Amino acid sequence: MNGMIAVFKRELASYFTTPVAYVFIVIFLIVANAFTFYLGNFYERGQADLASFFTFHPWLFLFLVPALSMRLWAEERKSGSIELLMTLPIKPWQSVLGKYLAAWAFTALAIALTFPIWITVNYLGSPDNGVILAAYLGSVLMAGGFLAVGSCISAITKNQVIAFILSVVVSLALLLAGLPLVLDVFSAWAPQALVDTIASLSFLTHFDSISKGVIDARDLVYFGLLIGFALYANTIILELKKAD
Amino acid sequence: MTAKIDCQGLTKQYGSLLAVDDLSFKVEPGEVLGFLGPNGAGKTTTMRIIAGFLAPTSGKVSVCGYDVEAEPIEAKRRIGYLPEGAPSYPEMTPREFLGFIADARGIPKADRRRRLEEVYGMLHLERVLDQSIETLSKGYRRRVGLAQAILHDPDVLLLDEPTDGLDPNQKHEVRQLIGGMAKSKIIVISTHLLEEVDAICTRAVVIARGKILADDTPAGLEARSKFHNAVSLKLADPSQLPAVRSEIAALPEVESTELDERSGRLTAFPRAGGRPLTPISRLAEQRGWALDELHLETGRLDEVFRTITGGATA
Repeated sequence: MNGMIAVFKRELASYFTTPVAYVFIVIFLIVANAFTFYLGNFYERGQADLASFFTFHPWLFLFLVPALSMRLWAEERKSGSIELLMTLPIKPWQSVLGKYLAAWAFTALAIALTFPIWITVNYLGSPDNGVILAAYLGSVLMAGGFLAVGSCISAITKNQVIAFILSVVVSLALLLAGLPLVLDVFSAWAPQALVDTIASLSFLTHFDSISKGVIDARDLVYFGLLIGFALYANTIILELKKAD
Repeated sequence: MTAKIDCQGLTKQYGSLLAVDDLSFKVEPGEVLGFLGPNGAGKTTTMRIIAGFLAPTSGKVSVCGYDVEAEPIEAKRRIGYLPEGAPSYPEMTPREFLGFIADARGIPKADRRRRLEEVYGMLHLERVLDQSIETLSKGYRRRVGLAQAILHDPDVLLLDEPTDGLDPNQKHEVRQLIGGMAKSKIIVISTHLLEEVDAICTRAVVIARGKILADDTPAGLEARSKFHNAVSLKLADPSQLPAVRSEIAALPEVESTELDERSGRLTAFPRAGGRPLTPISRLAEQRGWALDELHLETGRLDEVFRTITGGATA
């Protein structure tokens, strides 16, 4: 437990001692707001809600979260510090969880810093704040899903560019799992049950329902299982190939 | 009493490459074991296996009675490890980095501050505590790595090339530090510097191609040298050399003589067990040779090292 907290604290602090944190937060806030106003037509819609804000989150995360997760393990491998970390009396799953939670806490902070748009919409009208809160929760959960997948992929390689590209591709596949683009690859040959299972893996469907204010246990379980599975795989990969 | 480090039949295979080949040895408290070998001999791989970073393909290691594979956390608690190249987190300062190590090792709050201060002092880190590690010189980075390894006062210290990249003063300091800690601990250092073995080790294990080729004290290794107890001398007047050489060669204690043409130094090698220094110096006095130089060779580790590992590196 001590070990996990130490890893968490070190990792979180490292975002702020390097420019990573500031660049990430500033870019995220600028792009999130630009999309809301220009692509989402926040004003023109004339509705007191944040649908035009949240609808772009999956696409923003698709590129920004892998940029964050790519360094989690690839950098440790590259610099050799993984040898130090893995010879400390900390269980591998504790290191994985500590690093992951630090990255997730950081992402949650970035998402929380979009609060001016919530103030804006409350100033302009009277939105359903319950729906907005649910959408924020969904957004944080989805970011956690992307991060877990990215962390797992980052453990495979010591090359951060490879980690980034692979994470984007896998995340895109997960994001679009419910759309014909992905399903058509399987529907020709795979049994219907498998196609349905793949369709049910889609981030978009699960995020959509939460962001509409519907907190369904199935959506929470989905993200929980996804994160749990990805981090479990992350730990196994780490134990199998520590050195190379 | 159980050995603190006990390796049995360690083998590590990377694809078709046999990096470590059936190594078995034990190390007892108070020993400073020097792992010697040419580059690529399997030193780092062996250290990594003992530290629990690599799993051996076959064989067992236990540290302080804990099997490194079965009870890794207990074993790692008792080990201080300086990996090759002293990796750390470059964006952190030594203060932050060592603070992290203290937390990760679960050093109790009451001791934490005292231990950190002690280690800063031992490695002279005070001046650079708040500078990021990436801006430090190689010597300081190595010291931060050493500080990290000794912070929790471990029973077993594994140091992979602890003085690599240090200047002679820093090497001397690090060796003194290691020597000062040696009494109660087990220290295993890997090195390809022979002077280091002479300076701090009580025992030297020479490995090449993953196999142990020699396991002896540094003095024992030196005794294997043909230079052991040999006598070198240099004459003030080189024209006397042929006569002097034949007289020395005729001594019963001398097996053979060798002349280094460039420096004009004559070396007399002893017959097995012979000690030709006294007869030679007596002879020099009787004949009134004018000597510039006369000294006893203790044995040359580099020559022994080359002889032992020569076949393996070819």
